[in-house]
Amino acid sequence: MTQWSGYLGLILQGALVTIELTLMGSVLALIMAFLAGMGRVSRFFALRWLATAYIEFFRGTSIFVQLFFAYFVLPLIGLELTPLQAGVLALGLNVGAYAAEVVRGAIQSVGREQYEACIALNLGRWQGMRHVILPQALLIMLPTFGNNAIELLKATSVVSLISLADLTFQAQVVRSQTGNTLVPFTTILIIYFALALIISWGVRSLERRMARGLDGVRV
Amino acid sequence: MSTPIIKVDAISKSFGSFKVLNGLSMQVMPGEKLALIGPSGSGKTTILRILMTLEKIDGGHIQIDGEQLYHMERNGQLLPADERHLTKMRQKIGMVFQLFNLFPHKCVMDNVTLAPMLTKGTPRAAAEKRAMELLDMVGMADKAKAMPAQLSGGQKQRVAIARALALSPKIMLFDEVTSALDPELVEEVMNVMRKLAAETDMTMLLVTHEMGFAHDFADRVLFFDRGRIVEEGKPDEIFRHPKQERTQGFLKKIIAAGHRV
Repeated sequence: MTQWSGYLGLILQGALVTIELTLMGSVLALIMAFLAGMGRVSRFFALRWLATAYIEFFRGTSIFVQLFFAYFVLPLIGLELTPLQAGVLALGLNVGAYAAEVVRGAIQSVGREQYEACIALNLGRWQGMRHVILPQALLIMLPTFGNNAIELLKATSVVSLISLADLTFQAQVVRSQTGNTLVPFTTILIIYFALALIISWGVRSLERRMARGLDGVRV
Repeated sequence: MSTPIIKVDAISKSFGSFKVLNGLSMQVMPGEKLALIGPSGSGKTTILRILMTLEKIDGGHIQIDGEQLYHMERNGQLLPADERHLTKMRQKIGMVFQLFNLFPHKCVMDNVTLAPMLTKGTPRAAAEKRAMELLDMVGMADKAKAMPAQLSGGQKQRVAIARALALSPKIMLFDEVTSALDPELVEEVMNVMRKLAAETDMTMLLVTHEMGFAHDFADRVLFFDRGRIVEEGKPDEIFRHPKQERTQGFLKKIIAAGHRV
């Protein structure tokens, strides 16, 4: 009889790494999304160009290659990263590129009359963005941000390829030590699914909180 | 009262190949209440939007309160206005829109206090005190904590008026402010504006299709057609004894459509 409790501990350690990666990756992705998304609607050509280049590049290349690049190629130019740093960097930049388009789309979907009200009230561009446009755009971004976060969670499994001991990596360890495939992989399948559910639930409740009062029913 | 507060000099504006304004000139004296009437597409809303800097002009000059709106004087030369100049000039002007344009994510109070706090650095307490006075004047003091979505159209428009007044502009622009309202709500907004016109010395420009209201509200009525002012005069002259054929035709159509004059 295999000692499953010890192996379960191993897998839970892996879960912590996956959660850590997801959280840190999401923070970086969020920062990149706002930088690049707002860069896309900037009135400065250079910023628009830079944002577009970033988005197209990171959407257009594989996350797998991006990760290998961060971990194996960057050291060649003197930038040594730990597996965790490389993982966060690749995941954050990759998902941030997708989320940047969400930010752009949401900003542009706020009605023109809101921008005109900002001008009529003499708000500066940044004041209007910060107090009028973004708060409304955020509500439009949220559901898609939830999708992006779940995508990021699932993409974390690629870090097992640079020997970072995440969920997927630990499942492979357990499999090679026990010879059992069914139990470890079923276990991590369930854990990934549970984590995704938590993200969905969190985003939905955030959405409900922010939408309060906007439809005139819930206050 | 001798120098005009608004001086529009031969401005033109096109949307694509459509010339909305074609060499339009007009002057408004301080404290004057002006009604701009005319058929759709005649350019009356466009001139308001130009004065609010929501549209750029293709040619001509505008002076507000003695200063160029779209140009800056630098060493005796006229240069196109930059953002800073426009910001300075916009302090003199406020606008109320047909569709209210309230901020849906902010309560009534925050809608009114946002701009004074951000653009003038008014402390919150002072901004809220002033906002309550204005909301009281438009009869919305009891809704200060309500969200815009909970209000009727007429209530939204009254809040929008208070919001524009909170910046104490010298000139107020009203762009078809009752056109989007249900008929039974039109009167409450008109009452607020009549009161405003009677009690303040602000310069007011009103674009409207409500001829009766234009008659009561205005000191002077401008009839617009095809980007030009075809006729202007005191409300009684324009509405009772229009001289121009086009004015007569327009008023006849409006009356036939059931509007009272």
